[in-house]
Amino acid sequence: MSIDTTQPVRVKASKSLQARFGARSRRVQFILLCILVPIFVMPFYVMIMAAFKTPQFADVTTMWLPPSPFSIDGISEAWTKLAPNFLNSFLIVIPSVALSSALGSFNGYLLSKFTFRFSNVMFTMMLVGMFIPYQSILIPLVKFLQITQLYGTIPGLVFVHVIYGIPITTLIFRNFYVGIPKEIVEAASIDGAGILKTFFSVIIPVSIPGFVVAGIFQFTNIWNDFLFGIVTISNSALQPVTVALNNLAGTQTVNWNVLMAGALIAAVPTAVAYLGLGRYFVEGLTAGSVK
Amino acid sequence: MSQVEIRSKKPVKSKNNRGGDTKAALLLLPSFLLVCVFVYVFIAYTVGVSLAKNWMPGMPDMSQGKNPFGTYEALFQNPRFQSDLRNSLIFTILFLLATVIAGFFIALAVHNMGRSKGFFRSVFLLPYALSFIVTGTVWRWLFNPDSGVNLFLKYSGVADMYHNLTGQVLRPEWLTSADTVGDVSVLLAKIIPGGDFIQIQLGIPLALIPVVIATSWQLLGFAMAMFLAGLVSIPDELREASMMDGATGPRYYRSIALPMLAPVAITTLVILTHVALKIFDLIYAMSGSGIGFSTDMPGIFVFESMYKALKYNTGAAASIVMLVIVSIIVVPYLIRSNRETKGH
Repeated sequence: MSIDTTQPVRVKASKSLQARFGARSRRVQFILLCILVPIFVMPFYVMIMAAFKTPQFADVTTMWLPPSPFSIDGISEAWTKLAPNFLNSFLIVIPSVALSSALGSFNGYLLSKFTFRFSNVMFTMMLVGMFIPYQSILIPLVKFLQITQLYGTIPGLVFVHVIYGIPITTLIFRNFYVGIPKEIVEAASIDGAGILKTFFSVIIPVSIPGFVVAGIFQFTNIWNDFLFGIVTISNSALQPVTVALNNLAGTQTVNWNVLMAGALIAAVPTAVAYLGLGRYFVEGLTAGSVK
Repeated sequence: MSQVEIRSKKPVKSKNNRGGDTKAALLLLPSFLLVCVFVYVFIAYTVGVSLAKNWMPGMPDMSQGKNPFGTYEALFQNPRFQSDLRNSLIFTILFLLATVIAGFFIALAVHNMGRSKGFFRSVFLLPYALSFIVTGTVWRWLFNPDSGVNLFLKYSGVADMYHNLTGQVLRPEWLTSADTVGDVSVLLAKIIPGGDFIQIQLGIPLALIPVVIATSWQLLGFAMAMFLAGLVSIPDELREASMMDGATGPRYYRSIALPMLAPVAITTLVILTHVALKIFDLIYAMSGSGIGFSTDMPGIFVFESMYKALKYNTGAAASIVMLVIVSIIVVPYLIRSNRETKGH
């Protein structure tokens, strides 16, 4: 309600601001940023150029030169080596993201729309889980997975990502639901809907943006994971792509251009997700940091 | 609006159920207990392993020897672990300086842009979407002494200029450097009684510099995005008003923008510090332990102790040391923000 009235005024104010607030210093800043950009994208340049070189021209001493002749041999060699792991990563990421987002949304709803004793203590205790160095839980984790026969399997790794994803998704959804008026929950409860029914019929339908934010954030987190992947799965055929890329880098016989092509392949899904849904990514980033 | 909300609801709530919504609490319990087991119980188990005499996965024997803290004592005397603590400290400081300062100034500039704002933001944030393993793999080659940055120095004429000025060849060894600058260990050994306990050079290992550059490259966008979010939340009216009072440019930033960005800065610092203290994948892929453990980190030490050397109690002890260090940074921050949410 109040947003509608202030919006046009604010736009006008910021326009006049832009016009008056140091036009010259803005131009200098623009030029500085333009100088920074090429330096900043340099690693991308090297990676992409190398990926399209032929093996005989993929010498590190000519790293900065563009590929000539242009070739996809490097890409296709890297793809044959990494494709199974690339697929594994999707098999790991999709259920992990879905389950951890679902749990996070439910927890976030409970924590933001209800008041109960120790809710803050419980929330803080859960949040600690996203800051701990995972090295400090690896020994019992592997033991647990072995006892439950989940060790070395993709479902086992999914389970691990879901559990350790609970803190961050709970945080993202809690912050998201704080912005949704309590009244709609109360209206539903007056209508006789219980906690669960309100969640499914009232909260879930308005949660799509929250799911996009938590989803893309968890997608990048889990896709980029290395430690859990290498520790819980020792069979290289089942390992995620990050572990496979690292194994490839440790192989002496692999050409430098193939390695860069492999890095490119491993980077594409998250880079695409980020470029496509960047706005939500930024939201997850800032929401994911305890406010 | 929120004030009205509090006034109208409080009395009703406290009359109905004094302990709050028990049902909601019960529904949160499964997730809470899962996290408790997988975080707190597991940490307790790891502590047990670190104190045990000879714990092995096949024979999980938790019995302690005569001196349960023996593993920790040996750990702190281990030159490799001493290097790790030094590297972790130096890495964290250099990384924070580079990332927070650069992220802050880039955010200020990007915030002032008009149509190009979105473009710049995307470019600087893109590396954040990548895996640490990808970053490590690529940067490892950029800092190869025979290629990458050194070729760049050569072709840009910087190397020639350096040669003409100093008569020496400019060919930094980067990751393969074993040198440490600013060594103070000899000095310390004299000052502190028992200072000869320190078996390593307490300086800045040069090989850490490329690692800091690569990590900052990846996480600078995060710092920028956080500061941008902070800048956006400063009302335009405030900027207008300060301008009318004659506070333009630097004055505005110093007396208005900076104080308002302090909470964002603290959050950014805490998050980046805990990332730096936990750093593992990027360095593992980029340089590994380095020559003479010059780029080794506690995270790598734990991983290799457990899964390469199969010294589980050593790895467990080192991981608990990591946990304690991270907790010193994170726990006060979490408790503080918990108190703030309660106050609302």
